[in-house]
Amino acid sequence: MLQGALAFVQAWWVELLCAVLIVLVVPLIAGYIVLVERKVMADMQARLGPMRVGPHGLLQPIADALKLLIKEDLIPDDADKFIFWFAPVLSMTAALTSMGAVAFGPWFQVARDINIGLLFVVGISALGPFGIVLGGWASNNHYSIIGAIRSTAQLISYETTAGFALVSGFLLAGTLKVSGIVQAQLTDQVWYVFLAPVGFFTYLIASIAETNRAPFDLPEAESELVAGYMTEYSGFRWSLYFLAEYANMIVVGAVGTTLFLGGWLRPFPNVQWMGWVDALPGVLLGAVGVYCVVRAGKQPAQVQALFMWAVAAACFAVALIFALAAPVGNAPLKFMYAGLYGAFWFLLKVSAYIYIFMWLRFTLPRFRFDQLMRLGWHILIPLALVNVVGVGIGLAIQSALGWNHWMGLLAMLPTTLGTIVVGMLLIRWNDKHAAAASAPIATDGTRVEDSYAG
Amino acid sequence: MLDSIVFYFFASIAVISAMLMITRRNAIHSAVFLITTLLSTAGIFLQLRAEFLFIAQIILYVGGIMVLFIFVIMLVRLDVPLPQIRSPLRQRIAVFVAVIVFAEAAYIVWKAHAMQGQGILIPTAAPADKLPPNTEDLARSLFGMYLLPFEIASVLLLVAMIGAVVMAKKRTNTP
Amino acid sequence: MMPIGHYLILSLALLLIGAAGVITRRNVIIVLMSIELILNAVNINLVAFSRYYGDVAGQVFALFIIADAAAEAAVGLGIMIAFFRNRETVLADEMDLLKW
Repeated sequence: MLQGALAFVQAWWVELLCAVLIVLVVPLIAGYIVLVERKVMADMQARLGPMRVGPHGLLQPIADALKLLIKEDLIPDDADKFIFWFAPVLSMTAALTSMGAVAFGPWFQVARDINIGLLFVVGISALGPFGIVLGGWASNNHYSIIGAIRSTAQLISYETTAGFALVSGFLLAGTLKVSGIVQAQLTDQVWYVFLAPVGFFTYLIASIAETNRAPFDLPEAESELVAGYMTEYSGFRWSLYFLAEYANMIVVGAVGTTLFLGGWLRPFPNVQWMGWVDALPGVLLGAVGVYCVVRAGKQPAQVQALFMWAVAAACFAVALIFALAAPVGNAPLKFMYAGLYGAFWFLLKVSAYIYIFMWLRFTLPRFRFDQLMRLGWHILIPLALVNVVGVGIGLAIQSALGWNHWMGLLAMLPTTLGTIVVGMLLIRWNDKHAAAASAPIATDGTRVEDSYAG
Repeated sequence: MLDSIVFYFFASIAVISAMLMITRRNAIHSAVFLITTLLSTAGIFLQLRAEFLFIAQIILYVGGIMVLFIFVIMLVRLDVPLPQIRSPLRQRIAVFVAVIVFAEAAYIVWKAHAMQGQGILIPTAAPADKLPPNTEDLARSLFGMYLLPFEIASVLLLVAMIGAVVMAKKRTNTP
Repeated sequence: MMPIGHYLILSLALLLIGAAGVITRRNVIIVLMSIELILNAVNINLVAFSRYYGDVAGQVFALFIIADAAAEAAVGLGIMIAFFRNRETVLADEMDLLKW
């Protein structure tokens, strides 16, 4: 049966199926991430969020999608029609194509085992800024072009930081192939976030800036530039930009998870007695199903109760499939264990990563644009560079002393601490100079003393 | 067979975009068509199993150089279509010379296939699944035999960076 | 496997289109873009030969050409910006200060 499973995965049409699934399902998932974001925002603001459309607001994304599809398609008078059409298409194409090399579990990957792996994802998402700058320019609107230029400048600045942070992870993994990176974390028995924590946190910050999320979301700040580069876009075109942004969030989450958080491995994959963790997916889904059953009785309308029963049934069905694929004895679907459970753990980690994005959005105030550029160029790029050197030195120590696996943590510790010290020195140097450099110049040429600047 | 289809697809997009690029009045349209040409060239690299070069082309050329071009076009306010003073003689000479050179060289290449062993040497390619992994092979070569050109290239990029910043800086009246 | 002539003819076509662009256009920035096209044509040629001879040196050379093109584009565009700031034009016909 294992032969059959492997043959199934290597059939020529599996990759095509994965590609079709990505194109069909990712916009729907992105819509539901928006709903989750609104609910999380509401929770952090002590209110309930969307509750009206469907039980607990679960049908809100469908309603939003319908509204956007039937809106009138406006094109500004003097706008360049070809580029106005082309820009959101380019953004969405870049976001979806970069998902081609992302492996949602060991079975689901479009560009299977491509040699350049994660670099493909990073490179194709470098096409994203084009959609933004061309869209802002084509709108023939001052706010749009200012927002577009700001956004593109921010994106290309933080691409360098993200690249360096990823390089430190690639040094540890020794390969660019996605399956190779996860395999390396399996053989090293430790997630790379513990071996290169500075790299992970630098990548986290850079990826927040890459996707134009708060606190780096000045280019699309709703209170300042109308909607930045998306001002003149309405209806389906705007939804393409919007979905491209959320798809980009999934992509950077997937890259960070694969390289730093162990990809599709369960926690402690090599420890045999932690095997009970494998029961978690089934138990979790069963619990969600039970909750839906309990709430179904309390719904005010018949159709809402029916909907809750349907959701509960779906949860129980998936929990049953997980239980049947468990790696015990002669479970009937055992050959699907790797693919199914791997996908679950991967999606769980990506969701945690995206939850951190949302958490930061609703907690921190927005960066001013010059503060943002200062942070990127003066603090994060030097820190990422020092981190690459540090990880290299740590690897050299590790191989010289022959410390493997968990002892590698000990080898990496001195250089990690050194990098953190460098980071703190950079921040202190920046604080001293930022207030002076960003103060406005008075009429007699001297800088105004402004204690709130920086 | 799939190889041929992919090649003809990317090749036709490349040639058509290139021809459109040199004939547009609006510089941003030219830049967009150059982007599509560069993307199809990257596709041809991928079809030739040069995966690292494919992604290097996209990151560096499309994601770097073309962003620079678009920013400069907006800065120089070239984004409005300029009236082209037509110099038909120059255009006709250019097209004529291009067609003649193309016909000549294409004929030579085509004939070389016909007479194997004489004329230009026509190599045959190794089958695709026997190739070494591309990134590792390239890295071994780059950091082995070609280490000196690599270091010189990094110095070149540093010099170019400094040069570009100095050229584009505004001359303010600071003493 | 395709005969190598296909790649050579494609590379030649792109090179000639780029050369025609350099000769024909007045706008210096579009001339710079045509030069990038010429460099790309050369890259296709190099990578095709690298594949057909099994030597990765062609791809290494192409990588250096890409780095070089980046440097050249940056400096060239810097010069154009400086010129535009002084003369308010980027058309090659109007850059005739040295004409006698």
